[in-house]
This record gives sequence, C-alpha cells and structure tokens, in this order.
Amino acid sequence: MYPAKFDYVRATDVSDALAKIGSDEDAKFIAGGHSLVPLMKFRLATPSLLVDIGRIGELSYVKDEGDYIAIGALTRHHDVQHSEILQSHLPILSHVAGLVGDPQVRHRGTIGGSVAHGDGASDLPAVLLALDATMVARSGEGQREIQAKSFFKGFLETDLRPDEILTEIRVAKGVKGWSFQKFNRRAQDWAIVGVAAVSNGSTKVAFVNMGSSPLRSVGCEEALRDGASITEAAERAVDGIEPPSDLNATSEFRVHLAKVLTRRALEEI
Amino acid sequence: MKVSMKINGVDYEKDVEPRRLLVHFIREDAGLTGTNVGCDTSSCGACTILMNGESVKSCTVLAVQAEGAEILTIEGLAEPDGTMHPVQRAFQECHGLQCGYCTPGMVMAAVSLIKEESSLDEQKVRNALEGNLCRCTGYHNIVKAVLQAADEMGVKA
Repeated sequence: MYPAKFDYVRATDVSDALAKIGSDEDAKFIAGGHSLVPLMKFRLATPSLLVDIGRIGELSYVKDEGDYIAIGALTRHHDVQHSEILQSHLPILSHVAGLVGDPQVRHRGTIGGSVAHGDGASDLPAVLLALDATMVARSGEGQREIQAKSFFKGFLETDLRPDEILTEIRVAKGVKGWSFQKFNRRAQDWAIVGVAAVSNGSTKVAFVNMGSSPLRSVGCEEALRDGASITEAAERAVDGIEPPSDLNATSEFRVHLAKVLTRRALEEI
Repeated sequence: MKVSMKINGVDYEKDVEPRRLLVHFIREDAGLTGTNVGCDTSSCGACTILMNGESVKSCTVLAVQAEGAEILTIEGLAEPDGTMHPVQRAFQECHGLQCGYCTPGMVMAAVSLIKEESSLDEQKVRNALEGNLCRCTGYHNIVKAVLQAADEMGVKA
C-alpha cells in the first residue's frame, strides 16, 4: 500500500522545523511515523508535505529537573521503557511504554508522536492524563505549556496548532502508587479498554479507548474524595461516559470492563 | 528524491518518490527479496530488518527516513563464506519454520532481541516476538531456536 503523493523535507533543529512547516495546514511533522505512516497508507491522512523531525537529536532525552521529569518529545518508546530515571521516579510510564505495539514499533515510535497523534485508543496519552502531565509546545510566537486535561480535544484532535511543535512532556514526581490495566484479546492489540490509576496525594484515574479521546474518570475520583470504598468508586467509574461500540466490543461491554478494570487498578495501587 | 543507504555493507543510491516504502526500496531497488511483505500494516513482522542495529518493520518506514542508515537484511546475516549466523543455524537445527514465510522477519527480530538482552528465558522470548506472526503457528520450535541461539551467543536464562 502506498500513501498518496507528498513532498518531503528534513529538519535539522526545532527552528528549522518550524520554518519548514510554515503555515501550511496540510503539512505534518513526522518523527518515527508509526502512527502517521499507517494512516497515510490507508489514505486516511493525505498530507501535502512531511517535515521529518526524526533526526533532531536535541529532542530525545529524559531529564530529572528536581520537582519533575522532562521527557523530550522525540524519545522513543524503547528509551522511555528502559530509562533508569523513569523506572525509578515514574515506573508507570516505562511500564506502559513497554506495552506499546511490539519491540520493532518501540524502536521507531516516539512518546511525542503518540501524544501529538492524540488517539483515545493509545495507552500513553491516558497515562499522561492520569499523571496531569504538562505538554510543552513551540511555535514562531514562542513556547507555551498545555495541561494534559486541555490538550486532548477529540478524535485525533489535540490543542496543538498546525504551526506548533510538541517539544517536551513534563511529569511531576511524587507518584506513590500506580496501576495500569489493559484488556485485549491478543498480544500486540490495542486495548479494548485500559485504565491508568495513580496516587500522589489524591487518586487519579484515566481511561484508554472509552471515548474519542483519553478520558478522566470524574465519577471514580469524586467518589474516592468523598470517602467511597473501592467497590463503590469503581461502580461510579463510568458516570457520564458513553463509550463507543466497535468490532471488538459493544458499548455495554466496555462499561462492564471499565468498572472491573478500575476496581482491579484501585486494589493494586 | 535522492536516497542512499548501506544495505548489508553495500552502498545503494537511487532517486525515489518520498512515498516509497523502505521494504520496497530493499526488495525492488536493491533487489534483495529475502525480506517479505506480509500484512503491510506493521502487524505481522515479515518485513523486519535491522536499521542501525535495531529491529524495525520496513513496511512502516519511508525509504527517505532511512537516508544514510545501515540496513541489515536476512541476506547479510551469514558470513561471506556462507557460514550461517548462530540464529540461522539454530532455526535450521530446531526446525524453527514450517512454510518459511515469516522466517526472515523472525530471524532478524531474534538477532535484535539477543543483542539487546542480557538474559532470556522462554517467557521473555515469547513476549518479545509478539510483533512476528507465524500463520503455521510453529512458535514452539521458533522459541526453542531463539533460546538455543541466545545460549550459544552467551545470553542465558
């Protein structure tokens, strides 16, 4: 399968990437390409121009910044999985990066690519939503920080503007407990439903594949704040959430799975 | 667009469309048809090759993304005198194949895995080969072959 025709240029650094993408709304950045190339092969995405940012080495890092960990947008899943800093401060992130796709995919795919793609069925966006991560984006107008809660907007839609590039993801330290529950039928499959739970003072719960974007479980978090038991909080996990039906699961089955997986996550945390 | 890369130690340079996939560059431009196309959707792993020493699915990489890269395919694994790589030998000895279609990808994925890990056991090998499908379902002997090769290469349980 071939993608539709497009032009291709390579960027040497972030400023060069911004200059090359310009204000062309049909242009896209490509890093590892493991979300974008499949979409292009199915012709679900037909960008006019690809700006290859995959060689910008300055955006591949994991740094301990004191209160928080900074992850460069071009850090590959393989490197997130094996980062000693993340394994010791944010083990949920290295654990979940190790569940993305398969080893070959993790050698190419990047955390920033996964976040900028904004797929509600991806594991990492939901984990970052539960962790209240901050996304750092740069454009010709300067740098801005976007909270995960206002970053993921809808189906494959994020708060990033076409002329902006995601450069860094920041996650506060201090996570005391965590759990990630992923339900799928076969190895390598996307989650039919996934639940990320973290406790860092309060408990945060986010869902994979329960809507068009990653979602926080407001019902569960409220219940826990009000002193509910794990069973009661899990029962309220899907309050206000109407998951979609697809080939893998009906909406009703997803609701059932979300409650069960939330309970397991809260028990494990 | 001009793209050049080293495949199995040989330089290749060619003018290609940016949409040319790496797997087609390898098969059609370089003429190395040992790398197979299976699902063409980055699920099956038949197109697995090593890019700068790491396993990747060449159906999901653009040839232009591999500019300047060092590529290793199944054809480049054996010694120039024909002596097989330990992973190839183990697949032969353990009969780690049935129809053979997934084999080049399985072997390349295994080479990358053994290089990365300091210890391997059956469960680790089964997990790590999740991106390579064998439709003959011959996994048992494949896992056995990978463990035998790993052992021979100094990566033990």
